[in-house]
Amino acid sequence: MSPRATTGARAAGGTADYLDQRTGIGLAVKSFARKIFPDHWSFLLGEIALYSFVVLLITGVFLTLFFVPSMGVVTYDGPLATMRGQEMSEAFASTLHLSFEVTGGLLMRQIHHWAALLFMASIITHMMRVFFTGAFRTPREVNWLVGFVLMILGLAAGFTGYSLPDDVLSGNGLRITDGVVKSIPIIGSYLSYFIFGGEFPGEHIIPRLFTVHILLVPALILALVGLHLFFVVLHKHTQYPGPGRTDRNVVGYPLFPVYVAKAGGFFFVVFGVLALMGATMTINPVWNYGPYDPSPVSAGAQPDWYMLFLEGALRLMPGQGTEWVIGGFTLSLNVLVPAVVVPGLLFTALALYPFIEAFATGDKREHHVLDRPRNAPVRTASGVAILTAFFVLILAGSNDLLATHFDLAINDITNVFRALLFVAPVVAFWATKRIALGLQRKDRELVLHGHETGRIVRFAHGEYVEVHKPLDDYERWLRVQHEPRRPIEILPAEDERGVRRKGYRRDLLRQRVSRFFYEDRVEPVTPRELAAAHSHGAHDSLPTEGSAPAQIGSDGAHRGPDDEPETTDSTRIDVVHG
Amino acid sequence: MSNEPTSADLTVHDGEHALPERFEDPGLGPHVARVGDTDPAAAKRSERQVVAMFGLSVLGTVGFLVAYFVVPADGTVEGVRLSNLLLGLGLFLAMFSIGIAAVHWAKTLMSDHERVEARHPQRSDAATREAAVAVLQEGAKDSGIGRRGVLKGAVVSAVALAPLSIAVPLIGEVGGDWNVSKFRHTVWTKGRKLARDPNGTPIKASEVTVGSVFHVIPEGLEEEEHWIEEKAKAVVLMVRLDPAVLKEAPERKDWSYEGIVAYSKICTHVGCPVALYEQQTHHLLCPCHQSTFDMADGAKVVFGPANRALPQLPITVDDEGYLVAQSDFHEPIGPSYWERLK
Ligand code: HEM
Ligand code: FES
Repeated sequence: MSPRATTGARAAGGTADYLDQRTGIGLAVKSFARKIFPDHWSFLLGEIALYSFVVLLITGVFLTLFFVPSMGVVTYDGPLATMRGQEMSEAFASTLHLSFEVTGGLLMRQIHHWAALLFMASIITHMMRVFFTGAFRTPREVNWLVGFVLMILGLAAGFTGYSLPDDVLSGNGLRITDGVVKSIPIIGSYLSYFIFGGEFPGEHIIPRLFTVHILLVPALILALVGLHLFFVVLHKHTQYPGPGRTDRNVVGYPLFPVYVAKAGGFFFVVFGVLALMGATMTINPVWNYGPYDPSPVSAGAQPDWYMLFLEGALRLMPGQGTEWVIGGFTLSLNVLVPAVVVPGLLFTALALYPFIEAFATGDKREHHVLDRPRNAPVRTASGVAILTAFFVLILAGSNDLLATHFDLAINDITNVFRALLFVAPVVAFWATKRIALGLQRKDRELVLHGHETGRIVRFAHGEYVEVHKPLDDYERWLRVQHEPRRPIEILPAEDERGVRRKGYRRDLLRQRVSRFFYEDRVEPVTPRELAAAHSHGAHDSLPTEGSAPAQIGSDGAHRGPDDEPETTDSTRIDVVHG
Repeated sequence: MSNEPTSADLTVHDGEHALPERFEDPGLGPHVARVGDTDPAAAKRSERQVVAMFGLSVLGTVGFLVAYFVVPADGTVEGVRLSNLLLGLGLFLAMFSIGIAAVHWAKTLMSDHERVEARHPQRSDAATREAAVAVLQEGAKDSGIGRRGVLKGAVVSAVALAPLSIAVPLIGEVGGDWNVSKFRHTVWTKGRKLARDPNGTPIKASEVTVGSVFHVIPEGLEEEEHWIEEKAKAVVLMVRLDPAVLKEAPERKDWSYEGIVAYSKICTHVGCPVALYEQQTHHLLCPCHQSTFDMADGAKVVFGPANRALPQLPITVDDEGYLVAQSDFHEPIGPSYWERLK
């Protein structure tokens, strides 16, 4: 060892000793540094959210040093010719200053805004990953709720930030907010005053939003991210099914050095990509919009993408006859339904989903091995249905762009989306469920029949058969490891003495929900079924009995015996008629 | 509906009862070695690649610094674009290269042997639970909270009331004067001239030709104390229509002047300025959610999420031929709210 290395090692040892004597950190390092984390690309989504948030913190602090959160009116006398002499708020003027006179300021603004969009996109896709793999099941329900609140806080962060520069678009967004708030029964007008400190727009809203944007919301996000990650460590990460992965272990690589390098490196990748976006793609060029003025507005104005679903909902709601006057008081259902009720329902369903599913299964065990989405057809289909509704609303939020782009009448597009909002999720549910069941059936086929090899053999009596290669143990395990889920059975309504049982109604509801979830199902192949498939296997005899419970349930086609496999010992052979 | 048969019921079987109900986990598969694990030359190559990527990052930082000093923001759109592009590319190289270097290092050179760690049930064992309950019970007994009812009440009331000293002034002050009846009125009054938005020059009726559109504010708006709040309520859109197409309710016959009509520009949906006027159809479209109002027919809603017609501003001309308001609007402008009709 070279003398330099020895000095370095000695210094490190000394520091470690100093710290440990004062903090006992050795214990934490020992138990934490080699903690095992499983690997999968979809686990990166949450990381992207975390890293975009860090980028938001870094660029955001830069912005605060130049941004002036004030609605005081100034006359612009900066270098930008198109703006010279215009009256504007100090907030807008400082945004211009930040963009045109602070070198690197525009880059920070653009990275900040792109990071905000990526933050929301990664939160939502992360949430989809957790949903579709069933990672929210016991013991992780609480962490699902933490994540849900983080998503709402992300929306709040984005919305408050978007409004800060005080340009025409953001001011108009605030005006829409004011209109929505006013529609809330009884307290609407007061809530509007609460937010704006008086009449819209007033002179308080930008400073208030600023405090919310740079202190309140980031602090809450930071605290909840901490809690979220604490839970991840406490529960240990879930893992995808596969050989050797069980609910009682975790298989993967150690935190140090592998994840320090991979995850740490990934932070720089995310930062780099956001820098590239900020460098090459203009976002929110407020100098083209001009300072806020309550009078002008431009067509084709769009909020950030994560707000489009609300915009879309507002656009789709028919206005005629949906504003009711009851006892002299006005109830604006044309605003309340799309802006409050619909998102309220969508979000409540999302937040409560783990509890609904747990109610249906009655399952209280811990789950650490993820589901393949096909193995939970109704869950997967419900998720796709919610997403479909979300996408229809997003598209509806861009109906004017669609109209000009495709040269269609805006009224027609709106009417189509109105219908789609109800039809598309149902179709999506049905199709997804069918596809999931189909994929499960394909898994069964594969386990029972093996891989097609493309090799055709002709027998002496003239029959052609294709040679099949059976799955090895590892391949097979992936397709048979999941527990079959069945609708729960409940005790009868009356006990032995004919007395009506307490809790029966609840059980009945549970049974209904459970049937909705698990009535139609395809069960994994059991060893007995596989053995049966093999033992039929004399290739000269056609199978006569159906031995696979291919699909159970009301709306699935039962497979006939024709589909039954026959096998020889090592190579399975399927009959090709004709 | 009857109970569904389980898979065991359905499986027709003959004499293989010895087989387990489920397949057994075959356990972790064999490790597949990477090139670098067996070939030192490949490992060396990976190492050189990682070094090169870190080197690239240093170049990026240097490039950023050069751009910072050579191309500063100069206050023009083009100059700032260039500065932004160069700085951004430098930052990209600096960050991205560190990232891929580290990931490449981890993937090619660090151990890729999977390890297994045991999980333990989340719930604490029975003994721990009992001990926890015992500790709490002991503490509660020690405090005597169960026996001292009055004390319990006192604690709860004191703690529950204390936050009022923050909440009351907050709620009292945060809404300004809380006078929500301000929504009802605008600065339009009898005789106030209609002026062009934004320069504020008054408009003569003779200047308003058929088909033309005027964005209107009250004259002298800038002098109002809260001009931006007042502007947010008072903006008006004015057009002159061919009297042949103009439909007017009998009680509003004298609210227009020779086919010139003026309506609030604030959408009755959620309050965007309604600004897109189409001459042929005399439809006025709100760009926010596409509510469409018919200017020739009392600005009634013909499509979209708005429910009410735009409020009309009664106008006339003064002695000099300038357009003036007859009064304020006869109803609150803008979006609906609970006590709007009270
Ligand atoms: C938590 C996630 C955050 C999100 C989603 C977010 C989002 C946004 C958005 C969309 C904008 C508008 C940017 C523009 O185009 O000008 C913005 C502006 C701003 N943000 Fe954030 N932000 C976040 C965190 C932060 C933090 C932590 C800070 C500071 C500590 C910060 C400081 C600012 C400032 C000062 C502006 C105004 C800049 C300007 O108008 O030029 N943000 N934010
Ligand atoms: S604000 Fe005009 S349509 Fe919504």
